[in-house]
Amino acid sequence: MYTSLTEKLIDWSIALYLWGFRIIVVLIVVIGTVLTLIGGKYNSQQWIDFVVFGIAQGSIYALIALGYTMVYGILRMINFAHGEIFMSGAFSAYFVASALEQSGFLDQNPLVALVLIMLVAMAASTGIALLVERVAYRPLRQAPRLVPLISAIGASFFLQYTFRGLFGPGVYAYPVVELLQGEWTFFGINILKAQVVVTIAAVLMMLGLYTIVMRTKIGKAMRAVSEDKATAALMGINVDRVIVTTFALGAAMAGVAGVLYALVFRQVNFFMGFVPGIKAFTSAVLGGVGNIPGAMLGGLFLGIFESLGPALFLESLGIVAPYQLKDAIAFTMLVLVLIFRPSGILGEKLTAKKA
Amino acid sequence: MAILTAKKVTKRFGGLVAVNALDFTLEKQTIASIIGPNGAGKTTFFNCITGFNQADEGEIIFDGVPIHRLRPDKISHLGISRTYQNIRLFPNMTALENILVGLHAHLHATWIGAVVRTPATRAEEEHAHEEARRLLRFVGLQGKGDVLARNLPYGDQRRLEIARALANKPKLLLLDEPTAGMNPTESEAMVAFIRRLRDELGITILLIEHHMRVVMSISERITVLDYGEKIAEGTPREIQTNPRVIEAYLGRGSAADIPEQAVRPSVSTLPASSAAG
Amino acid sequence: MNELRRLPVWHSVRIGLIGGVIMLYICLVGMVEVFGRSDIIERVISLGQVLLLLTGLGAGYLAARRAGEPTNALTVLISGVVAGGLTGGLLTGLVVIGSVVNLRAVFINASPALYNALTLGAGPNGAWIPLVGGAALGLVAALFCLLPRRVRQSIVNGLVGVLLAGLFSGLLRVILAARPGWSAELGRFLFASEGLTLAGALLFFILAGGLALLWSQSQATVRERITRLPEAQRKTLRWAMLGLAVILILIFPQISGAFIAQVIVLVGIFALMGLGLNITLGMAGLFDLGFVAFFAISAYTVGLLTSTGEHGIAQWSWWAAAPVGVLLAMIAGAFFGLPVLGIRGDYLAIATLGFGEIVRLLVGSDFLRPWLGGSFGILAIPKPWIGNLELAGPQQIYYLAVFGAVLVAFVAVRLRDSRLGRAWMAIREDEDVAEALGINLVQTKLLAYMLGGAFAGLGGAIFAALVGSIFPHSMNLLVSVNVVALLIVGGMGSIPGVIVGAFALIGLPELFREFDEYRYLLYGIALIAMMLAKPEGLWPSAAIRRELHTDETDETETNPGSSSTVPAS
Repeated sequence: MYTSLTEKLIDWSIALYLWGFRIIVVLIVVIGTVLTLIGGKYNSQQWIDFVVFGIAQGSIYALIALGYTMVYGILRMINFAHGEIFMSGAFSAYFVASALEQSGFLDQNPLVALVLIMLVAMAASTGIALLVERVAYRPLRQAPRLVPLISAIGASFFLQYTFRGLFGPGVYAYPVVELLQGEWTFFGINILKAQVVVTIAAVLMMLGLYTIVMRTKIGKAMRAVSEDKATAALMGINVDRVIVTTFALGAAMAGVAGVLYALVFRQVNFFMGFVPGIKAFTSAVLGGVGNIPGAMLGGLFLGIFESLGPALFLESLGIVAPYQLKDAIAFTMLVLVLIFRPSGILGEKLTAKKA
Repeated sequence: MAILTAKKVTKRFGGLVAVNALDFTLEKQTIASIIGPNGAGKTTFFNCITGFNQADEGEIIFDGVPIHRLRPDKISHLGISRTYQNIRLFPNMTALENILVGLHAHLHATWIGAVVRTPATRAEEEHAHEEARRLLRFVGLQGKGDVLARNLPYGDQRRLEIARALANKPKLLLLDEPTAGMNPTESEAMVAFIRRLRDELGITILLIEHHMRVVMSISERITVLDYGEKIAEGTPREIQTNPRVIEAYLGRGSAADIPEQAVRPSVSTLPASSAAG
Repeated sequence: MNELRRLPVWHSVRIGLIGGVIMLYICLVGMVEVFGRSDIIERVISLGQVLLLLTGLGAGYLAARRAGEPTNALTVLISGVVAGGLTGGLLTGLVVIGSVVNLRAVFINASPALYNALTLGAGPNGAWIPLVGGAALGLVAALFCLLPRRVRQSIVNGLVGVLLAGLFSGLLRVILAARPGWSAELGRFLFASEGLTLAGALLFFILAGGLALLWSQSQATVRERITRLPEAQRKTLRWAMLGLAVILILIFPQISGAFIAQVIVLVGIFALMGLGLNITLGMAGLFDLGFVAFFAISAYTVGLLTSTGEHGIAQWSWWAAAPVGVLLAMIAGAFFGLPVLGIRGDYLAIATLGFGEIVRLLVGSDFLRPWLGGSFGILAIPKPWIGNLELAGPQQIYYLAVFGAVLVAFVAVRLRDSRLGRAWMAIREDEDVAEALGINLVQTKLLAYMLGGAFAGLGGAIFAALVGSIFPHSMNLLVSVNVVALLIVGGMGSIPGVIVGAFALIGLPELFREFDEYRYLLYGIALIAMMLAKPEGLWPSAAIRRELHTDETDETETNPGSSSTVPAS
């Protein structure tokens, strides 16, 4: 054996540390949860609120995550600018929404108006995504992997500050849709209307996308290209068109997500895409990159977890202002999932080629 | 004396049993082959030996040490090297650097030693470069040390991969289809080269090969796998006449007419193999 | 449609439209106004106007060049005029529409001031001005196209010289004015209170154009003379150049003044972090997007250990605290790295990004506020002392940063050519094979990760000394992104590349603080343009250059060694 003693020692301490790490995290979660539940600071209605909010937020993450996951599945590239595609959808829709509000149309025909707003958001997001793909990604398809990533980071900055320059740095308040105000009561549980509508809309969009990918010809072509570009091309598939379609579909989802986000949080800003973008990518990774149901599951999981987490795990441990650590919980969970299941919840085993 | 013993090794991928309760023994300083149709589990068995895959059941003992639970790097330290079916060099490193990586386990410089460049580190580096250049010459790649591995011609890449494997000073060398994609002349050169490895360096060699001519001429023992199970074992002549082997290769019913064709070219080269052995 | 495309004028129309859209973008995004505030030549032309002129000229030039293949002066001129006219025509459209509809409800910059700027003060009545002006620019560009090559080159060089001098006029003026006498006089002659004086502009134009011409003629002979020198003399020449460079580096901050020194210190800090990441990412292929975590840990350690303010715990000297900070960053690297190093590729990137964010959120949280100061940060970090000399300002800390960068560069070079460097590269290329060759993956990767972390920690320690106070908001993802970007833009694996990259991505934006609003916009454009034009980086290492240019057709994404040449067996 060539293995030296020190090397063996290091190996052992590494193993020891890894187990300690897992045990400590599990302990924190368990102790925190038990203490919180014993303490009984929140009643069941509050817990339900946390979960419902988490689901609404999570389904928005999931919608954005679809764009990441589909593009990654086909090009093996992190589309860093996807969060900005989401932002541009929400922003363009804002102008339509406020115009509709001023003309009174929004209050008279709220449903038609909402559909109109979403269509505009989808169109804007798709247009911008295709422009970015054409200018910043397509010429780099043969380049080493880091090159398109840097270009994507550039595109992300460009879009953020273009919107800032064109529309100003302020925070704009989204018009109020009367229809979505107030609560509905299901089985004695009160739920905010906006959150119900957002969740339903997101789920419908995801089902639609899933049908497109699994049932249509272009969906089949997309799956083929994501398996093997060269072979797909030999089979007569127009790879360029498939990639463009993928970007367009992902962007349309992000556009809808932008509107839904604005309905829940009721404001838009040029910087709003950044954090949801990172969270959505986290969701995609959680579910297993390249896997569409995985992205949906990852988004929901992340949304619920970060909505519940601060109150459930941290508060009773005596941590001041645990809500500031909401994102820290999200990322910790990401790291944990990656440690225990390196390919995500639904991910296939990642081969060296795909990693 | 056996250098490698596998007892009841089983490896499953989901529902597929890639290697099924395989018993296998390899004598020191022999050249042996594993053959079998595509998907027979040959490469999986290699992967189990080198630790790429961990066997689900059974044990593998190398030189008296059980290795079926060890990591690939530890197994390599014990003296097993391999090459790959589809060449896996470090494409963006030079030929010389590829071999130097192979020497890794025999070097001991720490990062502090490398930064300060202690006399010991420097001496070790010089020695390593010398050794690497010697290996380059040994496989006939002299003067190509500074070429990026990716830019070498195909045959050179195969030989560089073997040189890299040899740098580890292995006792057992696993070659996964060393003559794949070679024309008959190149194959013959490769066969001669593999014999040299055993004769001059005393390395035990186990190879997977599809070219029957090569297999029959070089192997002292042949093991035939089909669907993860061993269906035959023996000398080349025994294998050539084994009805189960013929059936596995050509399918039931066709055994009557085609086997001659599959076997004929190798028969002519058999004397060469016995002369070398 | 297809027949339309065959007309020679089609290209001009296309280029003109693209140019027009770019012009509209420049106007609506607000660059005309903000850049209009800074004059290149005092009261003659502002940077905003230069941008518009360049777009018009560029459109005209490209169109004229394209038409100029069968050399026909008339086609060339017409193409230029069409493209330039269209480019300006879109602005005319903007002014016309803007005078009828209130575009300002959506585009905040579509103000009467903008329309006035575009029509040279004439307002809506002068809507024709951009159209005619654009056509005129196109004509000028087309005429320029017809000039002989050498003349064209000197004109371009001269204009670039004027533009650069105008851009940096503020800095240059301050430097010159710092010393009374002839230097201050020269400053007053060349530079006005804003931009160049007319005389200065003329001088710079002649100098830049003329010198470039001279150099282009004599460069070949100079090169030849150098190569013909005997080996010994060439060596002396090299050493002399090196010595000159060292002396320049040493006296530089004393000439440049505090502001530039501060910029250079930042460049140095990022360069040394880039060199650190070059080990982690460039050599070992571990994609770390959480570099800021180590930077933050070390900066906070140094802050806590040295601060004389309320959060200080030890009041150590910087020299004692910095190694502790670096060590802690390294240990944090081990603690962070171990759980995630088994993860491959982009998954690792996102996991490390998560670490960076976790650290930022923790240091900024109210939970740790009693110890780390929360969002108010840690104040009153004293400066390092050498003996009785306080490294009080950027002009002194500069030496610290330069020393740090040189140290890191030295370590990086030594490691690259060692057993470890080779093991890292092997892991980057194919980690399964590397492991089968006896490389302990976890330990080797961990070492790369920890060393990268240590270098980031050194950057953080120097940063704490430079600014004297640290806040959680300076520990954001942008730091990590900047480090990755400067590594790629400079050229991965190349030490001079990293330094060039740091100057380009950290130094330049700092120098143009006055255009802060557009800093990241231009940064984004620069990143994309850079990747499109020179993906191998500004100063690529020899190996990468070989890789990208020897065989362009080879697929890079799959394992090249195994591709294409292996026939199915």
